[in-house]
Amino acid sequence: MSNLTNKSNIVSNKKMSIWEKMYLPAVVKGMYITFSHLFKKKVTLQYPEQTKPFAEIYRGKHVLKRDDVGRERCTACGLCALACPAEAITMIAAEKKNGEEHLYREEKYAATYEINMLRCIFCGLCEEACPKEAIFLTKEIVPSNFERQDFIYGKDELVETMDNRIDISKRQSAEVLEFKKNKNFKHNK
Amino acid sequence: MTFNIYDFTSFNQWIDKTLYDNLPSFWALIIEMTLIGVAFLLFYAVIGLFLVYAERKVCAFIQNRVGPNRVGPYGIFQTIADFIKLLMKEIIPINNADKFLFNLAPFIVIIASFMAIAAIPFGKGLHAIDFNIGIFYVMAVSSLGVVGILLAGWSSNNKYSLIGAMRSGAQIVSYELSVGLSMVTMVILAGSMQLSEIVEAQRNGWFIFTGHIPAFIAFVIFLIASTAETNRGPFDLAEAESELTAGFHTEYSGIKFAFFFLAEYMNMFIVASIAATIFWGGWMPLHIGGWVGFNHAMDFIPPFFWYMGKTLIVIFLMMWFKWTFPRLRIDQLLKLEWKYLLPINLFNIILMALVVLMGWHF
Repeated sequence: MSNLTNKSNIVSNKKMSIWEKMYLPAVVKGMYITFSHLFKKKVTLQYPEQTKPFAEIYRGKHVLKRDDVGRERCTACGLCALACPAEAITMIAAEKKNGEEHLYREEKYAATYEINMLRCIFCGLCEEACPKEAIFLTKEIVPSNFERQDFIYGKDELVETMDNRIDISKRQSAEVLEFKKNKNFKHNK
Repeated sequence: MTFNIYDFTSFNQWIDKTLYDNLPSFWALIIEMTLIGVAFLLFYAVIGLFLVYAERKVCAFIQNRVGPNRVGPYGIFQTIADFIKLLMKEIIPINNADKFLFNLAPFIVIIASFMAIAAIPFGKGLHAIDFNIGIFYVMAVSSLGVVGILLAGWSSNNKYSLIGAMRSGAQIVSYELSVGLSMVTMVILAGSMQLSEIVEAQRNGWFIFTGHIPAFIAFVIFLIASTAETNRGPFDLAEAESELTAGFHTEYSGIKFAFFFLAEYMNMFIVASIAATIFWGGWMPLHIGGWVGFNHAMDFIPPFFWYMGKTLIVIFLMMWFKWTFPRLRIDQLLKLEWKYLLPINLFNIILMALVVLMGWHF
């Protein structure tokens, strides 16, 4: 079997020479290693002042997207809830009334939409299942809380506002972006 | 009276004389003792706090971290904050402990280290007691600490504590030999047990240089054995936190735990001072026999700074050990002492005696 890396070390029980048995060279070597660490670059991150940059495709708190004119994209089809392996998503659908055209994009919308953040495993399957590109995972993290009840996020916390839109283009694959340019499909109009 | 930072003898004599001239001799003695006691208490507290901070910093740097850096600039007030916290903590009473021994133990440990520090020469004339058997006294007194550790382990009524204390007992009984014998090696070279005379004998070169090979072997053995004697890593079996939670001080909390903690660091300071005194010349500046100009230049640095500098270097060495090597097993620990260090040490004494007899030293 060939080695995957060159880091593996074959263990042998060979007799140690007198020089090795004295352990002094090993002791000196060990002391040299620790001493050299005194001058190495520190790995500490001064947390509250500095933060580690998140990956562009980090899977954090969800967002329910609106389209360009501010209508909610979600049509409450329930595919995200079905895809969710942790059963974290629940929703109640409602029908769009007259006069609500500027609020909802499709005929049907989610009257309530709840994600239990304690159940969610942030796998991103909801986003994959969504046919309307309504739900995405963002770089935001879910803050800690004192009550379990407070971890159930409703539409007030999930739907993005038009003056603070969240860029999710990094989480869309190249194929999806290409598909969206094709205006022949009704979906993209 | 002239206050002279290079020589405290006249200053001390002036205090002594003024007190005895103006007061009955009994009260003069009481005042002198109080002065020295307060001075040592202050020194003890400052050094203890500093060493805890230094240990955390050295440990952090060796592990590529930055260490305490929030309380004050570079975190220098961190240990003060920690000790305030320890002082305010509840002292948890142990129901089935032997109350008297349980409360006595931390004081024995701290008194032992306190007594040892009295005999150490900090500078020329800066010396609380100058016994003619100074080294012997320090050895005897500093090994009293183990009584406190054994008591703490026994009276806690806790198996972790008991195992820790028993290990500590076995360890100190064996390593006391090596410490003693390596000191004896240097006593042979110095020809005296009085610490002030030992320092004075190093006027023309520190013993580690004048005594060359046997002195160096003795220094290495002393360093290993004294690290073991102060229960510090890699020989910290007595409190091996990964096996015994905290060993002998598992049941202690608040100020009593702080006593054990302080005593550990002070013991480290004491053995480092002894190492600096008998191997590296104590407060004696770096002198090379015959180089008058060089010796004069070195004399400009006050002896106290020489002493502290050497002691801190030895302390750094001990911290460096602690954060480099993994903890030994108890059988490895005893094997190292009885099968290797002790025979080497006995041989080394003969070598040193030969060197002194034949005049092979510098």
